[in-house]
Amino acid sequence: MSTVTAGTPATDPWLAQTVRIAGITDEIEGVATYHLDFADASAAGSFSFRPGQFNMLYLPGVGEAAISISSDPLLHGTLDHTVRIAGQVTTELARAGVGATFGLRGPFGSSWPIDECLEGDVILVTGGIGLAPLRPAIYELLNRRTEFGNVTLLYGARHPFGLLYSAEYDDWQANGVDVNTTVDRASPAWQGNVGVVTQLLDRMPVADPERTSVLCCGPEVMMWYTARSALGRGIPKERIWISLERNMNCAIGLCGHCQFGPTFVCKDGPVVRYDRVSQYLRVEGF
Amino acid sequence: MSTQLPSECHMFLPKSEFQLLIDLLRGDGFTVVGPMIDQEAIVYDEITSVEELPLGWTDRQEPGHYRLQQRDDDAYFGFVVGPHSWKKYLFPPLTTVASAQKTDSGWQMRTPDPETTKFAFLGVRACELAAIAVQDRVFTGGPYVDPIYSERRQQAFIIAVNCTEAAPTCFCSSMNTGPRCTSGFDLALTELEDGFVVEAGSEAGESLMSRLSTQQVTAAQLASAESCRQQAVDQQSRQLDTEGIRDLLLENLEHSRWEEVGSRCLGCTNCTMVCPTCFCCSVEDVTDLAGENVERNRHWDSCFNLSFSHMSHGTTRNTITQRYRQWLTHKLASWHDQFDTSGCVGCGRCITWCPVGIDLTEEVAAIRNDDCTSETGGTA
Repeated sequence: MSTVTAGTPATDPWLAQTVRIAGITDEIEGVATYHLDFADASAAGSFSFRPGQFNMLYLPGVGEAAISISSDPLLHGTLDHTVRIAGQVTTELARAGVGATFGLRGPFGSSWPIDECLEGDVILVTGGIGLAPLRPAIYELLNRRTEFGNVTLLYGARHPFGLLYSAEYDDWQANGVDVNTTVDRASPAWQGNVGVVTQLLDRMPVADPERTSVLCCGPEVMMWYTARSALGRGIPKERIWISLERNMNCAIGLCGHCQFGPTFVCKDGPVVRYDRVSQYLRVEGF
Repeated sequence: MSTQLPSECHMFLPKSEFQLLIDLLRGDGFTVVGPMIDQEAIVYDEITSVEELPLGWTDRQEPGHYRLQQRDDDAYFGFVVGPHSWKKYLFPPLTTVASAQKTDSGWQMRTPDPETTKFAFLGVRACELAAIAVQDRVFTGGPYVDPIYSERRQQAFIIAVNCTEAAPTCFCSSMNTGPRCTSGFDLALTELEDGFVVEAGSEAGESLMSRLSTQQVTAAQLASAESCRQQAVDQQSRQLDTEGIRDLLLENLEHSRWEEVGSRCLGCTNCTMVCPTCFCCSVEDVTDLAGENVERNRHWDSCFNLSFSHMSHGTTRNTITQRYRQWLTHKLASWHDQFDTSGCVGCGRCITWCPVGIDLTEEVAAIRNDDCTSETGGTA
């Protein structure tokens, strides 16, 4: 017959794997981490991901939601997803208990460019739930700590109770990640920074900007200000990486929902180099 | 998959023997789909007889205007293109991509069995061949292959028809997609008064041609076919200047023309439904009453729908202006980045079927005439 450019895939991209909730950790208000096991052991064995990638969590009868993987990429078996109650799928997920099953497709998308940060300093800038997609990157940086220079986490939240994974900060700090937090509104007991997270970047010393990488995840306006601050400190635009968010329906670049100019956020992103999308970041409604 | 054949192997198929083409294809297990009249438009549907074709009819098209009209001859293919395109068979408007069943041990996931329907498309125009080639890139050219499209596409048998007329909405010459059918078909026909000049474009096409009651083609018939095809070239009046179009549009995202066209656009999605390359879709769950059997149904969607860019914390493209800009910049600009081709084949359907007659060639020309590149530039 007439020419077709490619053959049938080995596995159907629409086929979800069944996963079971092995445990639930309540994080902050409205946010919980779901620890998921694959029902099929062979699916667990063949699953591996890179920090920054996401899965489509599928609740039959409700739909799918794109959720970043937030566990250590070296730990095989259980996968963590930190989920904020926001839409229909996440609301329904919040009603599910340990032992419940649902579907998972993935992993999808691009990852944080850890190997491009070798030997230089790394600054992670994020806010609120944006720490979840960066946590696997923190784990990987810790796992390979000697391969990098200074590693700094700049993390902002609306209030002190909005800081995610706070029980882990001491451990991260002790193992070589300089953890800096800030809040928009302090509580009486809060002794730390107050203000937006980009102020932490404005204030921190950047000893060798040419070899410093910035990994940023947050609202687009926050990422734009972060990039502006980083560029102002002499960090090259090629070393600034951001994680985009758009409506995702198929996760495989075939449904059109997640487009951001030429970028399909699901397969070309979510992690993209800043200079490749910067011209569109401030175009309203694009 | 077949080797492209040299185009010299032409034969003549008398109209009296035309039905055999459909009979042979049906005998080979194909569902033959061709043009027919339904609700005062020429659409594509299953046919079993040449008598179902729109014999002696033509279409009159203008921006926002489509009417059928009786011809003064008995041409089978004396029209251009209607509201349907072949994508409705290769990329069905509604299809099940997966299912889930609740069992004692939890949810079990499945995907559907491979397609068994083999389609033969009769009457595919050059712009439509180009549209299929564009969708091949979208659905089978990337890291993920759509199994439904891929299976239907590989089994499809394509009989192209060269246009002998052009509508005022046609601009395939500008897009370098027609009007001559040059590749991507198994057989190609050029209609003359008493028969067709037939050309094989693949080994499968050559094999079928050898089973037809064809005659040696005469020099006069070849010359007549050439002059009919030339008429479709000569009649084209509409143009789209594609020079640097990607940068032109992406560097003019704040152009005042977007607001102007946004004020006329109804956001009705017609242009995306009739477009032969638009591929936007959504998958939604449909459950039985017990909630234990769930089908994941994929349906055509449109970037003109407000819900299309909805996220739990807000909608990306809230206004029709933003949605029209998304459609046009995707179709004519970012499609090049994504698929190394334009998303437009110059068929003119979006112009004809727009209720308010918005013409994308006019919109591009307006932006080109007032290119404000120097004012916008990069924002960072």
